[in-house]
Amino acid sequence: MFLQQLINGLTLGSVYAIIALGYTMVYGILELINFAHGEIYMLGAYLVIIFLGIFTAMGLTSANFTLALILSIILTVVFCSAYGFTVEKVAYKPLRNAPRLSPLISAIGVSIFLQNFIMLTQGATDRGFPYRFGEGHLYFLNVDITYLQAMIIIVSGFLMFSLRIFIWKTRIGKAMRATSQDKTMAALVGINVNSIISVTFIIGAGLAAVAGVMVAAYYGLINYFIGYIAGIKAFTAAVLGGIGSIRGAMVGGIILGLVEGLGAAYISSEYKDAFAFIILIIILLIKPSGIYGREIDEKV
Amino acid sequence: MFVLETNRLTRHFGGIKAIEDVSFKAKDRSIVSIIGPNGAGKTTLFNCFTGITKPTKGSIRFMNKEISGLQPHEIANLGISRTFQNIRLFSEMSVIENVMVGQHTKRKYNLFSAIFHNNNFLIQEQNILQNAFEYLEFIGLQNFADMRADNLPYGSQRRLEIARALATEPDIILLDEPTAGMNPAETEEVMSLIKNIQELGKTIILIEHDMHLVMGISDWIIVLDHGVKIAEGKPEQVRNDPLVIEAYLGKETIN
Repeated sequence: MFLQQLINGLTLGSVYAIIALGYTMVYGILELINFAHGEIYMLGAYLVIIFLGIFTAMGLTSANFTLALILSIILTVVFCSAYGFTVEKVAYKPLRNAPRLSPLISAIGVSIFLQNFIMLTQGATDRGFPYRFGEGHLYFLNVDITYLQAMIIIVSGFLMFSLRIFIWKTRIGKAMRATSQDKTMAALVGINVNSIISVTFIIGAGLAAVAGVMVAAYYGLINYFIGYIAGIKAFTAAVLGGIGSIRGAMVGGIILGLVEGLGAAYISSEYKDAFAFIILIIILLIKPSGIYGREIDEKV
Repeated sequence: MFVLETNRLTRHFGGIKAIEDVSFKAKDRSIVSIIGPNGAGKTTLFNCFTGITKPTKGSIRFMNKEISGLQPHEIANLGISRTFQNIRLFSEMSVIENVMVGQHTKRKYNLFSAIFHNNNFLIQEQNILQNAFEYLEFIGLQNFADMRADNLPYGSQRRLEIARALATEPDIILLDEPTAGMNPAETEEVMSLIKNIQELGKTIILIEHDMHLVMGISDWIIVLDHGVKIAEGKPEQVRNDPLVIEAYLGKETIN
């Protein structure tokens, strides 16, 4: 029972973690909470269903389901990344030097826009994921893991690992870290800060899109409102880990997923969503900088 | 040949004239010092050169190319690099990484080769690391490569800033008070470091308050006061200029 819930929590937690990475990366670079980020996850969930529908109409899903699924996922990631890129250019970049509240309000506006756009075009009722896959089971120490769960954990783990390598080992990663510490100085050593900001939004949106795809397949049901609650939870995960910290977002996401999974099993599943907010409140009261957060210096 | 020329360069902040009609030329491979009392507009001048602030009027030409409208990273890539009066290292990165960031734009790079780690990419990364090490050796910090930058002693942090600026492979390097807060021994070290940089074939423009250093190494000195250039010339000319003495010491009132 305990191990079973641990696996369920880990599945959920790895999804929170990869959404949280988008929050934390954008915050690290722009000190902006991108409240429109959760909606990209929702968009990802819808797009994969739409692309799968198109491939079904073309007859590809019946011919080769795996290929159709992979193509749908790739297209979804590309579209969501393009969306994230565009949102930054349209909604945040013009406000780069505005008071900090302005881009925040802009973010909420973008989020409301996308929610309502999806509601109008896709309908307000739940949509089901058209195909079931990965339903086989692994039994391991009395724990029942579906292939899909295993896939979610492995894919998330792989993405997090790749991101870490990207940020710590590559030149663009170094440029991102430099930009997050001092934008002016980064520009003065020749880094094009605007392209680094774009790269950040593209990666964050791509990760959120993958999370959306995985959750759509895992729960089998989605609606236009899922981005809100997932966004808030991923935000909580990012704050828990220390906003701005990549490692923090990963750890925070996993902890949040585990708390939810175990809390639902041992306390009450009706309070499942409340656990995230209880954690958020406790963190803000006790250690607002989070587990790995930098203590913020007062800027003179 | 002149690498940097300004013509009637002016920068106002509201009603304040931070720089007013400043024209000067910096000769290739020379050491030019900009001196003047606090608030004379020296740092604003540096900010204009590097694109951080846009001039209100006038032109800045680098190698005969107008640069006054360009973005900071474009100017950096053309070959002007700088340090700040207060240390601005990437403090959460290691010493070597700070220098490697300076090399960032100096090698051809595309995302494809970064993702697939092809040979070309690996060779380039190797080159960057090697170059970065050479810059660290140049300033004598090669034994601290993996230390976090903000754990270095103060004087070493200043030298590291110079190494990072050099790593962008500039033609002109702007040093804003490189010896601020240093003891006389450290100041001497910086002085010889500046000489060595000149020998690499670079032009150095220096803001400095230490007159011993300024008079000792400058080929040319420009004196600013209240945003206006009041004198320029070789050290011995500037030293005896009555306007300069007045700006530093105040007007003589005894008759």
